[in-house]
Amino acid sequence: MTDLLDIRNLSIRFKGKRTVHAINDVSLSMKQGETLALLGESGSGKSVTLKALLGLLPPKRTEIKGAVHVNGTDVLSLSGKALQRYRGGEVSMVFQEPALALDPVYTVGHQIAEAVMRHKGLSKADAMSIALDMLDRVRIPSANRRLHNYPHELSGGMRQRVMIALALACRPRLLLADEPTTALDATVQVQILLLLRELQKEFGMGVIFVTHDIGVAVEISERVAVMYAGQIVEEGTTREIIRDGRHPYTQGLLAANLHDVARGERLTAIPGAPPALETRPEACSFAPRCPYAVAACRADLPPVICPSERRRVACLRAEAPMAAE
Amino acid sequence: MSAIDYAPSPDTGGPAQPLLIVRDLQKYFPVRGGILGRAQGRVQAVDGVNFEVKKGETLGIVGESGCGKSTTAKLLIGLTEKDRGEIIFDGKALGRELPLKDLRRGVQMVFQDSYATLNPRLTILDSVAFGARVQGLPNPESLARSMMDRVGLDPDRFAHRYPHELSGGQRQRVNIARALAMSPRLVVLDEAVSALDKSVEAQVLNLLSDLREEFGLTYIFISHDLNVVRYISDRILVMYLGEVVEVAPVDAIWERQAHPYTRSLFSAMPSMDPDNRTEEPPLAGDPPNPINPPAGCRFHTRCRHASGVCKTTVPTLAGLPLNAAHRVACHLHDATSGHPEAGQGVPA
Repeated sequence: MTDLLDIRNLSIRFKGKRTVHAINDVSLSMKQGETLALLGESGSGKSVTLKALLGLLPPKRTEIKGAVHVNGTDVLSLSGKALQRYRGGEVSMVFQEPALALDPVYTVGHQIAEAVMRHKGLSKADAMSIALDMLDRVRIPSANRRLHNYPHELSGGMRQRVMIALALACRPRLLLADEPTTALDATVQVQILLLLRELQKEFGMGVIFVTHDIGVAVEISERVAVMYAGQIVEEGTTREIIRDGRHPYTQGLLAANLHDVARGERLTAIPGAPPALETRPEACSFAPRCPYAVAACRADLPPVICPSERRRVACLRAEAPMAAE
Repeated sequence: MSAIDYAPSPDTGGPAQPLLIVRDLQKYFPVRGGILGRAQGRVQAVDGVNFEVKKGETLGIVGESGCGKSTTAKLLIGLTEKDRGEIIFDGKALGRELPLKDLRRGVQMVFQDSYATLNPRLTILDSVAFGARVQGLPNPESLARSMMDRVGLDPDRFAHRYPHELSGGQRQRVNIARALAMSPRLVVLDEAVSALDKSVEAQVLNLLSDLREEFGLTYIFISHDLNVVRYISDRILVMYLGEVVEVAPVDAIWERQAHPYTRSLFSAMPSMDPDNRTEEPPLAGDPPNPINPPAGCRFHTRCRHASGVCKTTVPTLAGLPLNAAHRVACHLHDATSGHPEAGQGVPA
């Protein structure tokens, strides 16, 4: 069986007044039905990676190198009708702000049905019944009535459920979720995370879940890839990342989570700020902020070390256990 | 850089007097609609809120969006006018005894959106010195420079830059410097670290702890992140739909959440344990609309322990028998309320 997703040496550069090397030599693969969390801070390239997967980056100002295959389809070469079929059919996306992603002038039922009619060629009536079924599946109470509501008539949590129903209506093989719970309250966030977990099992699709919150990543995903400055610095199962994070940046993120930190204790903050990405990195991007950095870290790109299968760390010192301080 | 001339307004009531007393604070916002723009309802944003903040303590306020935490903060510094109630700062009530200008010297605020709260046309130095100039403090510029230095922004590098040239973490440091340039005694931090990346958030939290110690500050720290609130606060106040449902010392509430809502809020925290993930959502649905909040206990529509009395009678905030400092507004804890499970506490 082909891998669901295969990204090879992807580099993305935005040109314009200022050049930004947003993604630098990223490789990533996912098997069918896997749930992967893409973890990183703002500007680390998580969202750009998702947009590249859907072909949503502006072609005029973007320079893309490398290869992206979803289910064997070469995504970067798609255009026109093929791209339309692929978006929403093969791969679809849930955005952070459902209030902005949904169209305010159509009812939610109409919006879901429209997608189904486009992709499956069904009649309006059949599409509406699929929309109703989808609202039921995302556990919207009295779905029959909600079908005819406009987005503004729904609460934030409801809107995000509608967004998920819309994304899954055509049964994509891969669902991209870009911080779908960040704008929600904590009690609603858990509901959405559990719902996504259930739907993932039910439909068997793969999920890439972008988040900056390590706690959310633990709740949703089997595997985690940590991004920093447009690169994947560490990848492994969620267990391996949480219990045995090897990259100093991963360790810093775990410490900054404040889970189980005693009150008044000084926090181990990562000093400084992420790099500006105006030039292509030629050494370890994290070295200026890293407490363990040695001269070699600043001289060359770090080697990618694979301690076990499908586990990798881009750090010179990942093999030898790191001495504190 | 010389030591900072931190000159807060003098302490009038002594250490036993709470720095801030809030009594029966209420704010309703009219909802206008229709052709004539008449008020068609009221958002009951803050409804009968009471609390005290002791000198030198940090009070954390938590709750979901729409629970009134930010409105409370704005009422405290006089950015929004209250409908009813009293705000007493170090023994003086806001109003005749304490004009707004004097309150602003004693109480300052740091907001969530570090960009929206800085004037884009003012340099960093002018922004930090602005309040001191308005208040007529001596040498606003040198004060601003030393305060910038204190929050970790080199004044020689940053003084003449504009907000858009700074990162989010740096801008939030500017906001903190601006608040502290007035030598306040109370700083209200409304989601001040929420928009920052995790690694930067830890830096700013460390800075806030240092400043609190150095200048003897009192904080009101509003956040939706329970871990952050626990780290920085001495006491936690939980709000739901404009009302205080529980207030307790941080260790007591971490040990035992007395209100069913607080318990749900705590169980909604990510477990951080891949072998022990959350399996049950602690609450169903979203918080109700604060325009027409439920009668009785406002939480009864989502509470699994709700009974008849919860739908009709508003519970009062009262201390627990074992710990009077742990106050909760729930019929379950009031043996005389008539709730069938009353007096047994909240079942696990």
